[in-house]
Amino acid sequence: MSDQTVLEVHRYLPDEDAEPRFQSYEVTYKEKWVVLDAMNHIKAEIDPTLSFRWSCRMGICGSCGMMVNGEPKLTCETFIRDYHPDTIKVEPLTHFPVVRDLVINMEDFMEKLPSVSPWLIPAEDEPLEDGEHQQTPAQVAQYQRFSMCINCMLCYSACPVYGLDSKFTGPAALALAQRYNLDSRDDGHGHRADAVTAHEGIWESTYVGECTQVCPKGVDPAGAIQMLKLSYALDWAKSLVMPRGGRT
Amino acid sequence: MSQELTRPLPRTWWLKKASYFLFMIRELTSLAVFAYALLLILALWTAGADASFSTFLNSPVSVWLHVVVLALALFHTGTWIALTPKVMVLWRDDERVEPDLIAGVTAILFLMVTGGVLWLTLA
Amino acid sequence: MEPGTRRQGRGSAFWWDEAGEDLVRRRQNRLPPPPHPFQTSLQFDGVTRYDEWFVTSLIVADGRCQGVTAIEIRTGEMHSIGAGSVILCTGGGGRVYPFTTNGNIKTGDGMALAYRAGVPLKDMEFVQYHPTGLRGTGILITEAARGEGGILVNNEGRRYLQDYDLGLPLDIKDPNHPHKRTMELDPRDRLSQAFIKERAAGRTFQDPDGDYVHLDIRHLGERTIDRKIPMVRELAVRYVGIDPVNQPIPVRTVVHYMMGGIDTDINCATSLPGLFAAGECACVSVNGANRLGSNSLTEILVFGARAGVAAVDHAGQVPPPSRQLLEAARRAEQARLEDTLFQRNGSGETVAGIRADLQRSLEEGAGIFRDQQALERTCAIIAELKRRYQSLALADRSQTFNTELIAALELGAMIDVGEAIAHSALARTESRGSHQRTDHPHRDNDRFLKHSLAYRGEGDPRIGYRDVTITRWPPSERVYGNV
Repeated sequence: MSDQTVLEVHRYLPDEDAEPRFQSYEVTYKEKWVVLDAMNHIKAEIDPTLSFRWSCRMGICGSCGMMVNGEPKLTCETFIRDYHPDTIKVEPLTHFPVVRDLVINMEDFMEKLPSVSPWLIPAEDEPLEDGEHQQTPAQVAQYQRFSMCINCMLCYSACPVYGLDSKFTGPAALALAQRYNLDSRDDGHGHRADAVTAHEGIWESTYVGECTQVCPKGVDPAGAIQMLKLSYALDWAKSLVMPRGGRT
Repeated sequence: MSQELTRPLPRTWWLKKASYFLFMIRELTSLAVFAYALLLILALWTAGADASFSTFLNSPVSVWLHVVVLALALFHTGTWIALTPKVMVLWRDDERVEPDLIAGVTAILFLMVTGGVLWLTLA
Repeated sequence: MEPGTRRQGRGSAFWWDEAGEDLVRRRQNRLPPPPHPFQTSLQFDGVTRYDEWFVTSLIVADGRCQGVTAIEIRTGEMHSIGAGSVILCTGGGGRVYPFTTNGNIKTGDGMALAYRAGVPLKDMEFVQYHPTGLRGTGILITEAARGEGGILVNNEGRRYLQDYDLGLPLDIKDPNHPHKRTMELDPRDRLSQAFIKERAAGRTFQDPDGDYVHLDIRHLGERTIDRKIPMVRELAVRYVGIDPVNQPIPVRTVVHYMMGGIDTDINCATSLPGLFAAGECACVSVNGANRLGSNSLTEILVFGARAGVAAVDHAGQVPPPSRQLLEAARRAEQARLEDTLFQRNGSGETVAGIRADLQRSLEEGAGIFRDQQALERTCAIIAELKRRYQSLALADRSQTFNTELIAALELGAMIDVGEAIAHSALARTESRGSHQRTDHPHRDNDRFLKHSLAYRGEGDPRIGYRDVTITRWPPSERVYGNV
């Protein structure tokens, strides 16, 4: 029936059975609905046991990431009408362990994030009396794109390197390292070197570029990683010639 | 704590999506380039003295091999040119220089250098 | 706060340069966007986070707050966390209404925790409706769109705000447009009230998802829109399929912010020693009967810091909580949930059902315009919902990441918050700011220049009052539209 939407939803209830399965739900087709609307309808009217994360429903909190027909998506921005009348398959984000149903364990990312020191590291102590930081629009533009990350982790799901080796620091964390490196208020480029240039850092990236493709905020983490490679490689080259100075 | 479900990446992951497949081809082009480099070194080593090697180089199989390697090398070069705007981010005040412009300039430079090398070798 | 937000009247700093201005000004320094607060917090080793632990109660003993009990959502395990001081910054409760800008988690959890511990909720009747929520979803279209010069028009194409004592419209090409304290830059409560009146007069666009008016920003031009308010364009294109460069945006009033909350003093302390609150969940009061744009940000920065200082000071003066106290609290909370939500048999009541009834009753009785009859009906419905909630049974009995359990606990908080709103609104028989009574349309400073205080009771809450502290600016007539 073309006025119905069928969702095949991944279920995993570790308290009940060891194996995952798919559960099929049928809802009335609504042209305005996003996949998240359908999921909420299912939870409210059909099956209250379905577990998933969500909050803002406007693509800013990063909670509702799931695989929709095999692609990592924010379900609050994924419209049912773009799939209708095909069945929509909803699964938890790949490359993460599954806690239950659509809920993944994201502790790995929560450990990787602080490892790149994603905060302003000023060159020297700055007392409040000195007043506010100021930046020109040009200075803001340098890092602005990389600051748009909402930590939704779609990029980790898209990245085959992370899928093959979960030790890889990953796109979002590395893009945030670059965000701070490019901020004129920051002097932490050297401080971040160990984490960023470690084996599981930027050098494990082979520029597949899928992270940038799936990013819902246009962050371009793949671009950030390649910039980091260039910048730290130049650092290294300079350190050979000028051992005491020269950072890029 | 309840058991978490892990879903290991299948070996055939790169067949699942066109972009993954093209990525693998791009990576494999490095093997083709490496193999051809060995061939070139062999050719230089023998310097035309080995008759069967020279015959091979002139055979149709060899020509097709060269065509394939050339195609792969060009594909690889194309992806490299497309990469340049990602690492060379240039700014005009607070606006970014159009990435296509940077890629375009790189492509033109590549063609100029290639043209120059061809002219030197064929002239 | 997204980039580009302005306080009404061009007060706040922002960093996008003006469209078409000359090169000298483009190079001028401005205040940049603040670094990401969560990321910044990661550098402090002294901060330990318990991600996705849901607080179910405050631990109160010896007349003071000594910690919290919390469920670790992933495992369903109940924990106690002992503390010298507890600061609640749980945000507002817009989700008690059916149409709101607020995310799913804004269910007034912290307000309910304090309320149940005997702390009054102050000024709960003051609920802000933002004038420009996107049709259908209620997603916020920032005030910055009007700050840049966006105008509101009804289905006759008229800038209807001029009919509501909000000033006279300047031509959109006039260099003085938009002028502060006039028309589209007037306070949110007045704009929302104008919308309701336009709707009653049949001058709004009709839609099954809710009537709307047009927010027109076409005259700003694509360049200004993309530089100053890019998110407005993105949201409109994505969620209503309209490009505001070419078409006006369909918007309507939407619940956005709660001026009221946990009663605190100027140091964020509540009446319960050891318990502090800051941000939208608290009511100092910074925002009175109507909040101005961007002041929520000021509030969290200023009072977040003050709460921190006061909390540390208090914690340094009290002994740490005893293990027996914490263990007893933990066991009691665990038993409470096991004996109720997890044990009852299905009664036909569902979280979604009770929640929808609560939301509908608040919108009907405690919306933008209120009267005694509607408010009494809402209060009665909420009393009934409290009773129905007692027979709620979970369909999901799992211990692992049980989101129905969390939704049920949040629903309990929502009912408490809704009760405080409805009863406070019923008791305030005057109109002031965002609380408008059609049966008492004027401001009554003699009787109501006071904060309301809602105290939880066995049945209905008790509403008390406290005089407003006037220091510098005594209340005067709210006059807008001085061009």
